[in-house]
Amino acid sequence: MLLAKNIMKGFGELSVLKDISLTVNPGETVAIIGRSGSGKSTLLRCLNNLERVEGGTIEIDGQKMVENGVYAPDRELRRLCLKMGYVFQNFNLFPHMNVLRNLTEAQTCVLGRKKEEAQTYARKLLQKVGLADREGAYPYQLSGGQQQRVAIARALALDPEILCFDEPTSALDPELTQEVLSVIKGLAQEGRTMIVVTHEMAFAREVANRVIYMAEGVIVAEGDPEQVFGDPRVKAFTRME
Amino acid sequence: MKYFNNPEKLWNLVQILLQGLQVTGRIFLLTLVLSIPLGMLVAKGRMSRLAIVRAPISIYIYVLRSTPLMLQVMFIYFLLPRILPFNFDRFTAAIVAFTINYAAYFAEIFRGGIQSIPVGQWEAGQVLGMTHAQTFFRIVLPQVCKRVLLPVTNEVITLVKDTALASTIAVTELMSLAKKHVSTSSSIEPYIIAMVMYLIFNGITEQVCRLVERKLNYYQ
Repeated sequence: MLLAKNIMKGFGELSVLKDISLTVNPGETVAIIGRSGSGKSTLLRCLNNLERVEGGTIEIDGQKMVENGVYAPDRELRRLCLKMGYVFQNFNLFPHMNVLRNLTEAQTCVLGRKKEEAQTYARKLLQKVGLADREGAYPYQLSGGQQQRVAIARALALDPEILCFDEPTSALDPELTQEVLSVIKGLAQEGRTMIVVTHEMAFAREVANRVIYMAEGVIVAEGDPEQVFGDPRVKAFTRME
Repeated sequence: MKYFNNPEKLWNLVQILLQGLQVTGRIFLLTLVLSIPLGMLVAKGRMSRLAIVRAPISIYIYVLRSTPLMLQVMFIYFLLPRILPFNFDRFTAAIVAFTINYAAYFAEIFRGGIQSIPVGQWEAGQVLGMTHAQTFFRIVLPQVCKRVLLPVTNEVITLVKDTALASTIAVTELMSLAKKHVSTSSSIEPYIIAMVMYLIFNGITEQVCRLVERKLNYYQ
């Protein structure tokens, strides 16, 4: 379980997250929607220690990553962050490694798995994202949708408790978004715990158990999809999207 | 013509110059092996968040790039022993001078290379639980190697020629032997032979670099 309390974050003068609190329960898929600049990606980055918060507490399984703005020591932070997986908007695959190696590198050097074990697991995950036949390819040889699916498999390879997606389809051509969304949907149906920052309203409505609508650094509306998408402020936003 | 019409004398000269070429090759290889890792360290220091690390390294790079290499070679051989309590033999002095000079150039090339790697690569390493060092060595450095290969090749080729500056402190490398035989024989033929030897040396150097470039072409 992930718990964030009173998260504060600013860039210089600009306050991006104003006292955000959030809980993510096991098995739940939470979609975070909102305009560009609403702070939704920053929130996700803070939860994964890609940005430092200025105040607030983040704990995962009862263990504190940050307590009132004070961070745990580096080792502890790394250990806790491993409970979360992260999928970037622009994939960030390792261009000098083939697909299989992209999936095995952290398994072997972070988790200490044996090479063969890591490869077997990687192949299983590639099959799951529909890329079993591309394990020898380099990222530049893949389409955006395929790259993103590899990135999802790479995150899954470390067995995270919570999988985070930062606008996973925003960098893709429209015709490639479906293949990625359907992989994420499959994961939701398996009961994986996920946080998805997205502009895909139909996807959020269909897949999420809970939707959070953010605007100007605060959570404006939160609840089950029907409820949130029925909110007049959210309706005003979705009409613009 | 003193040599080119006398095969025996020519052969003798070539053998002497080949010994010089061996010294040249030793200076070249030692300098490379030492200055590339040192350059990487200097680059990391130059990018340090701590001003106390960054500032002296900036000065080091400034001084080494802004003064003649010839002067640096002489400084280390003639002046440094007066300040420091130890002597350098000629060969060591040349190696030290070339190494610290080339490390300064390599450092800036590596810094450019490291900074050209998208921050997303670091972040990907981080979210996969890698330490900063693991991300650097496994993810960033291999990509940097590919990106800096062409400017590094330039430096490596320049280094082959710069080894001739060791002759200013009388290291018996190719250039100084050629010079010596030119003055004793009053013929420029030794220079011609030396020139051909440099050409062959750098021809091989270039081919090796090209081979590495092809090796690194497995991804884009």
